[in-house]
Amino acid sequence: MRNITASIATLLLFAGVASQGLAQGSGARNADRTASAEAFKKIAEVLRHPRCQNCHTVTEFPRQGDDRHRHHQMVVRGPSGRGTSAMLCSNCHQEKNSPDGLIPGAHNWHLAPLSMAWEQHKTDKALCESLKDRSLNGDKNVAALVHHMHTDPLVLWAWEPGTRKPPHISKEEFQALLKRWEKTGGACPTN
Amino acid sequence: MKYELNVNGQARTVDVDADIPLLWILRDVLGMTGTKFGCGMALCGACTVHLDGQPVRSCSTAVAAVGEKAITTIEAIGRTEVGQRVQRAWVAKQVPQCGYCQSGQIMAAAALLSATSSPSDTDIDQAMSGNVCRCGTYGRIREAIKVAARDTTTKGG
Repeated sequence: MRNITASIATLLLFAGVASQGLAQGSGARNADRTASAEAFKKIAEVLRHPRCQNCHTVTEFPRQGDDRHRHHQMVVRGPSGRGTSAMLCSNCHQEKNSPDGLIPGAHNWHLAPLSMAWEQHKTDKALCESLKDRSLNGDKNVAALVHHMHTDPLVLWAWEPGTRKPPHISKEEFQALLKRWEKTGGACPTN
Repeated sequence: MKYELNVNGQARTVDVDADIPLLWILRDVLGMTGTKFGCGMALCGACTVHLDGQPVRSCSTAVAAVGEKAITTIEAIGRTEVGQRVQRAWVAKQVPQCGYCQSGQIMAAAALLSATSSPSDTDIDQAMSGNVCRCGTYGRIREAIKVAARDTTTKGG
């Protein structure tokens, strides 16, 4: 009888400890999820900036300028996002900005594929979910997305855009936000 | 700094600053004035030349960016089969008025027909939209491109 009582007491003790651990774990995960979503909301401010969104269009053409007007000269997306026959992106957009800074340039200048269009997403939640959707984003997991946004020349161009305005969040802060987002689970905001 | 350029199949050496646009190398240094200055901002297409067969705006292409790519200018486009067809069509349809934009128009048209042998009106619109013409010869340009596309005179020759 005493052994049964001791066993029950032990079981209850472990259950209590486990429950407390679960609660603490759940609390930590919620805190991570919150921090992750908050980090993404700041990341989204960069993703929605014209320097990024002008090439992540849902249209058959790129956009230009802070007012995001249609790219002049009837430039079109073309079959591979690089323009068409005699009007390729590379006709004008070279490996780096023109010496006077007027014509943007970076390696491999082209439009993001239609599957990676962002401009139609009205909420940070929708933007995040689209960004993370591996059927749309070239099969990138969160780590690969973060790597892409750290290293792709077209992404990095946003902070060296010649005569244009860069995002208001610095490149260094953006990369720190990306790391934080990744480290806290790459969660999406709830709205 | 010295740059070795391949201009219309010839090796040309120029000693210039790295950021000088190719347009001024062609016109001022090499004396090849067929390529025109229109805007200096890649907006008009008058300065179009080919690098490895692809049209570029020479006014906005620094000489340092050319590297080993083969430069083709209006002076030599007639040595190519497609260039000959374009030039014949341009004459047949009496395309130019003042002529200032036409070097660029011909270079763009030759690139279009090299990529698309029978371009539709939409193909022509999209390929030629970067070349402007103050005289408004667009209708004749469109017709000449279609004539050039149908021209079989030098095919196989």
